[in-house]
Amino acid sequence: MIAQAGTAPAPNAFWRRALRHRSFVVGALLCLLVLGAALLSLVWTPWSAYEIDVASKLRPPSSAHWLGTDVLGRDIVSLLLVGARATILVGIIAVGIGLTCGVCLGLIAAAQRGWTEEVIMRFSDFTFAFPAVLSAIMLAAVIGPGMVTSITAIGIFQIPVFVRVTRGSAGAIWAREFILAARAAGKGRVRITIEHVLPNILSILIVQATIQFALAILAEAALSYLGLGTQPPQPSWGRMLNDAQTLLFQSPSLAVYPGAAIALAVLGLNLLGDGLRDLLDPRLARQR
Amino acid sequence: MSTAAKMSATTPLLEVRDLVQRYTLPRESLLRSPGEVLALNGVSLSLMAGQSLGIVGESGSGKSTLARLIMALEKPSSGSVLMAGRDLHCVSADELRRARREFQMVFQDPYGSLDPRQTVARIVAEPLTALENPDRETLRVRVASVLRQVGLRDADIDKYPHEFSGGQRQRIAIARALITQPKLIVADEPVSALDVSVQAQVLNLMQDLQEQFGLSYVLISHDLAVVDYLCDEVAVMYLGRIVERGRPEDLFGQCAHPYTRALLDAVPQAQAGAVRRRRQSVAIASQSFGSAGCAYAPRCPLADAHCREVAPALRALTAHHSAACHKAESVMALPPLVSEPHQPLVSKPL
Repeated sequence: MIAQAGTAPAPNAFWRRALRHRSFVVGALLCLLVLGAALLSLVWTPWSAYEIDVASKLRPPSSAHWLGTDVLGRDIVSLLLVGARATILVGIIAVGIGLTCGVCLGLIAAAQRGWTEEVIMRFSDFTFAFPAVLSAIMLAAVIGPGMVTSITAIGIFQIPVFVRVTRGSAGAIWAREFILAARAAGKGRVRITIEHVLPNILSILIVQATIQFALAILAEAALSYLGLGTQPPQPSWGRMLNDAQTLLFQSPSLAVYPGAAIALAVLGLNLLGDGLRDLLDPRLARQR
Repeated sequence: MSTAAKMSATTPLLEVRDLVQRYTLPRESLLRSPGEVLALNGVSLSLMAGQSLGIVGESGSGKSTLARLIMALEKPSSGSVLMAGRDLHCVSADELRRARREFQMVFQDPYGSLDPRQTVARIVAEPLTALENPDRETLRVRVASVLRQVGLRDADIDKYPHEFSGGQRQRIAIARALITQPKLIVADEPVSALDVSVQAQVLNLMQDLQEQFGLSYVLISHDLAVVDYLCDEVAVMYLGRIVERGRPEDLFGQCAHPYTRALLDAVPQAQAGAVRRRRQSVAIASQSFGSAGCAYAPRCPLADAHCREVAPALRALTAHHSAACHKAESVMALPPLVSEPHQPLVSKPL
C-alpha cells in the first residue's frame, strides 16, 4: 500500500542470494527444462507424437530417432516432449485447485476458531483419508476416465494438505502480538487475515505448493499408468510407462525414458522447494 | 468554562466498574463441568485525564487481562469499562472502532508486536488506515512527524522492523499508539523486554510525551521502579483483585498490605556485601474457586482466623491511600524495609 521501495530482502539481493543457492539453481534449471520441453512441443517436435508407423517400431536410438521408437513406431523424444504438457497442465491445475480451496478454508478455520474450525478440519481429515487413486477410480466410474478426472481427483486430494498447512501456520500468526495490535487499531478479522496473516505465511505456502506439484506429477503418472488419466492417443509420461510395461524384458529402455523424465521433474521441484524455503526465510535473509 | 469542558473535568477519562472476567478451562472429564479461572474478581478503578495509573502484581494476578478489557479486546463476564463516560462494551462495533482512536496500546514484546512483513510507515499508520483511507502523502507526513516525536528519523519510514534495535522498535510501537493523538495509552509491560539502559530512555520518552500531549497512561508492570517513575497512582493486584492503591510515595513508603510489602521486599537491590535470604517457595493460591476469607491469607505472615473467614474489602486509610487488609494499620506500623525513608527507585535524571 505505502512505499514498497527498500524491501527488506531487496529484489536484487534476493536474486543474488538465489543464484548462490545450489539446490535452488539446480531445481530451477530442471523445472525450466520440463517447462521448456512442454512449450517447445507446442511449436516443434522431431516427429509427430500421434503418427503411428508400425514398420519402424521398437527402433534403437539413431540419428533419426534420438531415443528410438516405441511399440507403435512413435518417436520417443516427441512423446516425451508432448507428455510434458500433460504433466504440467495437470500439476498446475490440480495444485491450483488445492491451493485456492485449501488456503481459503485454512484461513477461515484459523480466523473463526470454534465450530467453523472444527467442521473444516474434520472435513479435511475425511477427504485426506481417501487416497487420490481411490477417489480417481470413483470419479472415473461417474464421469469416465480422462484428464479432467485425474485433475479433479488430484486437486481434491491436495485440498486437505493445504488446509492443514494453512491452518497451522495461520494459527501461529494469530497468536502473535501484532495481531492484537491490529485488533486494537480496529481492524476486523477479514482485514487482519488479508493484511497480516496471509503475507506472513506466503513463503510456507509457496514451498508447500512446489512439493505438492511434485506429488501431483507422480499422482498423474500413476493415474495414467492405471488408465484413469490421460487417454490415448494423448501421450503422457504415465501412459508411456504403462505401454512400456508389456515390453519390459524386450526393450527396458522404453520404461527408462519416461521414468527418468518423471524422476527429474519431481527432483527439480523438490530442490526448488528446498531452495525457496531457505531463501524466503526472513531469519536467513536478515543475516546478509 | 463550557459544559463540555466541565463534563470532562468531572467525568473520569477511564472508569472501570466491578470488572469480572472468568475463563473456562478445558474439560478434564466428560461428566464434570469444566473448571473456571477467575482472572478478574471485581476490579474497580478510575483515572482522570492527564493522570497515570500503574498496575503492579505478580504473574497471574490479572494485570494483562485488565489491559485487554480496558482496550475492549475481550468482553468481560460482568462489569463495565467506561471511556469518558461511554461504556465500551455496550456500544456498536462501528462506534467502538471509531472510539479506538481515543485509547491505544503499547505491548510488551517489541519483537512480536510489529508485523515483520510491513514497513515502519505501514505499521505506524495502522490505527489511521484501519478506520479510513487517507491519501498517501498526508499519511507519510503524519507518520514522519510522529516518528520524529518518538526520536526516530524520517529516513526510517521505509525500513522494516528487523532493521531496528529493541528500544527503537518500542519507539515505533509508541509512535503507532501516538498517531491518532489518543487520550489514554495502555502500556502492558512496555520496558520489561528491554535492556536497563534502554528502559530508561523509553521511560523518559513516555514521560516527555505525557507532558507534551497531556496523555494518560495505564502502565502495567511487575517492576515497581518503572511504576514509581511514571505514575501518579499505583494499584497493586493480587489474584484478580486490587489489594492496595494509593500514590507511589504512600505505597512504597508506608505500604498497608502485606502483599505490597512482600513485593517491595522482593525488589533486588545491588548492595555490596549484602546477604539475601532465600524465601521459601509458597504455593500460589488457586484462582479457580472462591474460597472464604482473604485470598492472600495462605501466604500472609500476619493472617489469623478472622482473615481466613472474612474477605477484607478495599477501605480508605487516608485520602489517597486504601488497602484491602484487616490489619492495614499494623502493616503500616511495621518498620520500613529500607533504612532510608522512601527513595525514588529510579533517580530522576537518567
